Amino acid sequence: MSRALRFVPLAVLLLLIAGLIWRLANPGDSVIRSKLEGRPVPAFALPAALPTKAGLTSADLATGRPRLVNFFASWCGPCITEVKVLQELKRRGVAIDGIAVRDRSEDVTDFLARRGDPYARIGSDLQSRVQIALGSSGVPESFVVDGKGMIRYQHVGPIKDSDVPLILAKLEQAR
Amino acid sequence: MRRLAILLLLCAAQPALADSSLPPAYWADRQLPDPRQEAKAAALMEELRCLVCQGQSIADSDAELAGDMRDLVRRRIAAGEQPAKVRAWLIQRYGSWISYRPTAEPVAWPLWLLPLALLIAGAFLAMKRVRVRR
Repeated sequence: MSRALRFVPLAVLLLLIAGLIWRLANPGDSVIRSKLEGRPVPAFALPAALPTKAGLTSADLATGRPRLVNFFASWCGPCITEVKVLQELKRRGVAIDGIAVRDRSEDVTDFLARRGDPYARIGSDLQSRVQIALGSSGVPESFVVDGKGMIRYQHVGPIKDSDVPLILAKLEQAR
Repeated sequence: MRRLAILLLLCAAQPALADSSLPPAYWADRQLPDPRQEAKAAALMEELRCLVCQGQSIADSDAELAGDMRDLVRRRIAAGEQPAKVRAWLIQRYGSWISYRPTAEPVAWPLWLLPLALLIAGAFLAMKRVRVRR
């Protein structure tokens, strides 16, 4: 047996350790993207989250103009800061619909009374079923849907002030 | 004194609230009445990845979304759907990432070939050693 061959197992082991250390230092992207970008919104019908506002169905999303669908919840911290940005988008003429995930009507009412209400319609998704059907994995998350009801863009995490131009551009592309 | 105060404050720190106040979905932590269906659902839930605690299966995870996914799996199995179809439905939405069962796609070929390659390499090494001893 040649001398060099003797060190092959050691080299393999070192390579493995180096790989593990590298992955520990760079854990990679843990964001899960929906595979439904470019595909139609799956059919759904959600009851109203508020007594004063209509619920949301997939048919409401194919109205001939692009819309922003926002998954939110009163129990979600980042959603508090996001509402302000959504208000700004609404002021700029963006049509926004909400889907309240695992939320009570009174809690949604209280949340919107305190933070402002940018939504045209709000559906109540008590068991995250529509959230799963759209390939979303948390709150807040937003989808740009075009006039024909096709999903054109998914935004994971809160829409920040700095994301406004991006969202407006995606809405413009969906026109 | 200040250190002690900080230490006490740390002990009193509350975890951030990141869960809803709603109870778990009906079938999240409840077995299906038909044991055969429950067995099918349980086997599938072991092989589906939790979206929140990535690395855990939805059977193991305590995350609310995992509970809602268990509810979805049990409902569909109870309605007579085949586990493979439920898995395909989820893969369509989240990619093959969501399933722990390796697929036969080209990207997974090294995974299937590696054990074979290691076995051959091991046999080769062992043979060489035995020959040298003689």
